[in-house]
Amino acid sequence: MKRAALAIAIALLALPAPAPGQDALAERTEAAFIASFAGGEPSVLIRTGLQDEVQRLCSEHRNAPPAGLAQLIEGAQRAAIRYPAKLMGDWREGERIAADFTGLRYDDKAGQPNGGNCYACHQIAREELAYGTVGPSLLGYGKARGWGVAAQRLAYERIYNSQAFTACSAMPRFGHNGVLTPEQIAHLVALLLDPGSSTNR
Amino acid sequence: MKRLWVLFPIWVFVLAPAVADERLEATVRQYREALKDASPGELFVAMGEELFRTPRGPKNASLEACDFGLGPGVVKGAYAQLPRYFADTDRVEDLESRLMSCMRQLQGFSEDAFPHHARSDPRMPDFERLAVYVAAQSNGMKLAAPLAHPKEVEAYRIGERLFYRRAGAYDFSCATCHMQQGKRIRLQHLAQLTNPGEAQGVFPTWPAYRVAPGAVHTLQDWLAICYWAARHPQLRYGSEASIALQVFLAQSANGGVIAVPGVKR
Repeated sequence: MKRAALAIAIALLALPAPAPGQDALAERTEAAFIASFAGGEPSVLIRTGLQDEVQRLCSEHRNAPPAGLAQLIEGAQRAAIRYPAKLMGDWREGERIAADFTGLRYDDKAGQPNGGNCYACHQIAREELAYGTVGPSLLGYGKARGWGVAAQRLAYERIYNSQAFTACSAMPRFGHNGVLTPEQIAHLVALLLDPGSSTNR
Repeated sequence: MKRLWVLFPIWVFVLAPAVADERLEATVRQYREALKDASPGELFVAMGEELFRTPRGPKNASLEACDFGLGPGVVKGAYAQLPRYFADTDRVEDLESRLMSCMRQLQGFSEDAFPHHARSDPRMPDFERLAVYVAAQSNGMKLAAPLAHPKEVEAYRIGERLFYRRAGAYDFSCATCHMQQGKRIRLQHLAQLTNPGEAQGVFPTWPAYRVAPGAVHTLQDWLAICYWAARHPQLRYGSEASIALQVFLAQSANGGVIAVPGVKR
């Protein structure tokens, strides 16, 4: 696994540099960005001022990276997934995390657990009608996709890092970026895959 | 004008967020219909005009000589050709940064008189009022923001890159939410801002009267709220990014009819 990650890292470094005109514009844009924000939680300033390599590449390619690059991104993201002791947590806790839209805004208190904000983009529980449609509906997730350990692992990995499956996916990399802990994600897995949960019953 | 005060105590919603969202959407729709000819936003236009004509600042001057691009003192049609390049400041300015330039030059205000952040500050309502007054003088005209001066072109390109620039804990850019058609966040419709058909209906309705806070909010504030929700830091008032994004969005919205203040949730 380590060797594969190293090979991917080397391949990423060897990608062709952008054209010189683009380079100057990129520098101007970064300078404009950094000069245009101030105040609030310092970590928010740092995390947005400095893009990580995947964010930079997805911005550059407007979320449509060429196939070869997409594979490299997916491979590198997959290699960095970390797992909890148990893939299935408590679906009720998952429901709470899915509805909680707070955390990591510049005026949110640091050091509190973050919400997952899942309903912003997904339908999940039948009775929650205020759901967004940017992501696919997850209503009846387990019924539609099966219940086994393989399904649990897949759901966990998709929430942890959606870009391990689709490079430059619109979905935040909740685990990779430290928005949610592995244990919080396990609660969300239970929300999707416990037969008695609010989306499956 | 007095009648407008009757409409003023807007319903305040102290409900669970989801239910409130849904009801608020429906309420805003009804509200827009009911207020077609008499929006409480008009009150802010009137207050803005008074402010505009009142001598203020260390130089005790009004803003009546401010040049918004069509010559000193011309406000009619000025908003329809903003943002644009201004030779006296040698930069591209939107409505709000132009107002600040005039407040510096004509009235002698210094930096500490201006808000630091683009989020509307209820303690400094002058800026929203001035902005909505000037913008409303272009009502009924089509937006025709220029893209000719090299600095306008550069601002457009920077704005375009910023629109697609992903960053922060959520990996979000403007494009994450505003590139697809017919999507929503919770119950809030998302405009596909790269699609002229949609941008024309949204962009020229700012500054807008927002029902929930019961106040006029500007384009700068709109951008700042987006960035806040997208886990970005505080956008500075009149910053380069805030102007460049408007230059980019205005090209998509050009041809849309200016109708301010719009009515929003």
